[in-house]
Amino acid sequence: MNDPTPKSAQPSIGYLPQGFEIERNIAARRLQGTLWRNLFVSSLLIGILALLVLIGTIVNDAFGYVALANKVDPANLASQPLKELSKEELVAILQANISQGLFRRLENDQPFTERSQENVLELVYERVVQQQVIESYDLWESLTQREAIEQELTSQNPKAKLEFRSWLNWGFLSRSMASKAEFSGVRNALLGSLWMIAITVVVAFPLGVGAALYLEEYSSGSRISRMIETNINNLAGVPSIIYGMLGLAIFVRALGFFTSGSFLGLSDSNGRTIISAALTMALLILPLIIINAREAIRAVPLSLRQASYGLGATKWQTIWHHVLPQALPGILTGTILGISRAMGETAPLIVVGAATYIVTDPSSIFSKFTALPIQIYYWASQPQEEFRRVAAAAIIVLLIALLSLNTVAIVLRNRFRRSL
Amino acid sequence: MSLHSANEGKYAIEARNMSIYYGTFRAVKQVNLAIERQKITALIGPSGCGKSTVLRSFNRMNDLVASARVEGEILFHGQNLYAPSVDAVEVRRRIGMVFQKPNPFPKSIYENIAFGPRVNGWKGSKSEMDELVERSLRGAALWDEVKDKLHESGLALSGGQQQRLCIARALAVQPEVILMDEPCSALDPISTLKVEELMMELRKDYTIIIVTHSMQQASRASDNTAFFLMDPEDRAGTLIEYGPTNELFMAPKDKRTEEYITGRFG
Ligand SMILES: Nc1ncnc2c1ncn2[C@@H]1O[C@H](COP(=O)(O)OP(=O)(O)O)[C@@H](O)[C@H]1O
Ligand SMILES: [Mg+2]
Repeated sequence: MNDPTPKSAQPSIGYLPQGFEIERNIAARRLQGTLWRNLFVSSLLIGILALLVLIGTIVNDAFGYVALANKVDPANLASQPLKELSKEELVAILQANISQGLFRRLENDQPFTERSQENVLELVYERVVQQQVIESYDLWESLTQREAIEQELTSQNPKAKLEFRSWLNWGFLSRSMASKAEFSGVRNALLGSLWMIAITVVVAFPLGVGAALYLEEYSSGSRISRMIETNINNLAGVPSIIYGMLGLAIFVRALGFFTSGSFLGLSDSNGRTIISAALTMALLILPLIIINAREAIRAVPLSLRQASYGLGATKWQTIWHHVLPQALPGILTGTILGISRAMGETAPLIVVGAATYIVTDPSSIFSKFTALPIQIYYWASQPQEEFRRVAAAAIIVLLIALLSLNTVAIVLRNRFRRSL
Repeated sequence: MSLHSANEGKYAIEARNMSIYYGTFRAVKQVNLAIERQKITALIGPSGCGKSTVLRSFNRMNDLVASARVEGEILFHGQNLYAPSVDAVEVRRRIGMVFQKPNPFPKSIYENIAFGPRVNGWKGSKSEMDELVERSLRGAALWDEVKDKLHESGLALSGGQQQRLCIARALAVQPEVILMDEPCSALDPISTLKVEELMMELRKDYTIIIVTHSMQQASRASDNTAFFLMDPEDRAGTLIEYGPTNELFMAPKDKRTEEYITGRFG
C-alpha cells in the first residue's frame, strides 16, 4: 500500500482507513455498538429482575398455609354448627362467654338488635371460639414443604387444622383495623386513601392547570415567569417530608380551626384530618402537574393558535377551545404521575398525623383517617409474623388501587387524544 | 371605535410610511402601498424580504410576536388599524387570513367552519348554521367534495382540500379582505390551480392579498403586484415597485424588478 501521507508541500488533511483497514475499522465500530447494546440489555434485565423479586416477595408473604386452632371448641358451645344458629342464640352464647364490660362495649358500638347474623357470628368466632392463627407459612414453604409442615403440626398441635389462606380476601378488604392480624382489615385505610386522593386531585388539578396557563399564556418569557419556573422545578425535587412539615405548620396548626371542622361546629379538636393531608398532598404534586401542564401547553402548535386568532377569536377563546383541549392529554399525564405519587407517599402523612389505629370509616373531609401506606408501615413494623402477611396483602391492595386509578386516567387521556 | 365607515373608497387598505420592527431589527421600511378593493394583489420578492411581515401587519397577526412593532399608518376604512382605540380582534374578524401550511382545527369539517362565527357572537338556529356552513364551503369550492362527510375530521382531507377548508373557514366570518401567505406552497399543481380559480371567483366579493414566491402565480392570478426586495445595506425589506400586474411583468420600471422577474437573482 502506498504511503498515505503525501510528500508534497500541501498541508496534511489526515488519513482515512483504506482497503482492508476499512473492514477492520467497521468491525471495531460495530463491536463498540454491540457492547453498548448488551450493556443496555443487562441494565434492563436487572431492572426487570428487581421488579420480579419485589413482586415475588410480596406475593410470597400474602399467600400460604396457616395453622388454625380454636381456644374453645365450637362443639362445646352448641350442638349444631355455629353457622346454623339464629342471631339470638349467637347473642346468648356471646353474652355467656365474654365479660359484661366487653358485651356492653360491643352493644355500644352497635346495638345487637341492629347487627346481622353474620356479624354476630364473626364476633362469636373472634371473642369466644377465638380461632387463632398459631402459625403461618409463606407461599414458597407452602408449595414446596407441605409434608414437613403437616408433620410438624400434627406432632406439636394435633388439634390445629391446616388451611390455605389468601391474606388478601374479601374480609380483609371489608374489615377494620384490629389488634390481631387475622382480624385486621384494610377498609378504613383504603377509604382514607381514596378520600384523600379525590380531594388532592380536585384541589391540585385546577390550581396546577391554572398556574401553568398563566405562566405559559399570559406571562411567558417575563423575568418573573422565568424565576417562578426555576422555583417550581426546584419544588418538584423537595423531599416529601418537608411538605409534611409545611402541612403540619400550616394546615394542621395554623389553619386548625378550619381543617378540624370546628368552624362548622364539629367538635374535633385538632386539624389532623383528611383535608389537611389532602391539601398537603396537593402542594406536593402541584409542581408535577404545573411542569407537565406547561410542557403540554407549550407543545400546542403555533399554527393552531394562529388559525384561531386569525378568525377573530380572543385570547381566552383560543385557550379554551384549542389550547386546552390540545394540551389535555399531556396535562392528564402529569396528573397521573401526581396521583401515583400522592397515593404512595408516606412521610408527609406521618408528619401531618394520619392515625395508625382507627376503626371508623372517614365520613367527611374533617374525619380522622388512616391511609394505605401508613397502614402498611404500621403493620410491617409489628413483630408478629402474621402482620407481615397482612402488610403484604395491603401492599397488593395499594398496587391494585394505584393501577386502577392510573388505568382510568390513561383511558380518559386516550379518549381525548382520539377525539382530536 | 368601530372600523365601519361609509367611506367606500377605491382602496381597501392603505399603508403609509409603514416600517415594521422585530425588536431593534427593522424588517420592513417605509412602505407606501394602497390595496385596491375587490382586486387580487400579489406580494412578491425573494425570501426574507418581509412579505409575510407586511401581510401579517394588515390584520395585526404581528401582535402575536411580542417583539414586533409597527410604525406609520395602515388605513382601513380611513381608520388606522394600529390606533389605540382599535381592537385587534375586530381587525382579524374583518380581515381574514389563510396560512402557508394548511392548519385546520383538529375537529370535524363542520366544526371548523362553525368555530369562527360562534366565537364572534353569531346567533341563529341549527339550520341556519347548516346553511352558513354550506355557503362557506360552496364559496371555497369544497362543498361537493365534502358534503357527505361534514362530521369527519378536517385533518382527514388532502392538503389542497385542507387549504380550501381554511379558506371556507375564513369566509364564514364574512371578512372584507382575505390575506393569503403562500397558500399554495405546500400544494401540488392541481390543487394550486383549484385555489387560484377559487381566488378569481372570490375576487367578486372580497379583496385578496396574496404572498407568493411563484412568479407564474402572480402573473396568472393577480391584478396588481408589489415587488419587495431587501435593502442590502440594512437588510430591511423595501417596496421596489408596485403597479398593475401586466405592466409590472411586461414593462418593469425598475431594473431590479426586471432582474428578479426574469430570474436573474433572488
Ligand atoms: N417572528 C419574528 N421574529 C423576529 N424576526 C422575524 C420574525 N419573523 C420574520 N422575521 C425576520 O423578518 C424578516 C422578514 O421575514 P418574512 O416577513 O418572513 O419574509 P418573507 O415572508 O418575505 O420570506 C426576516 O429577516 C426574518 O428573519
Ligand atoms: Mg414568508
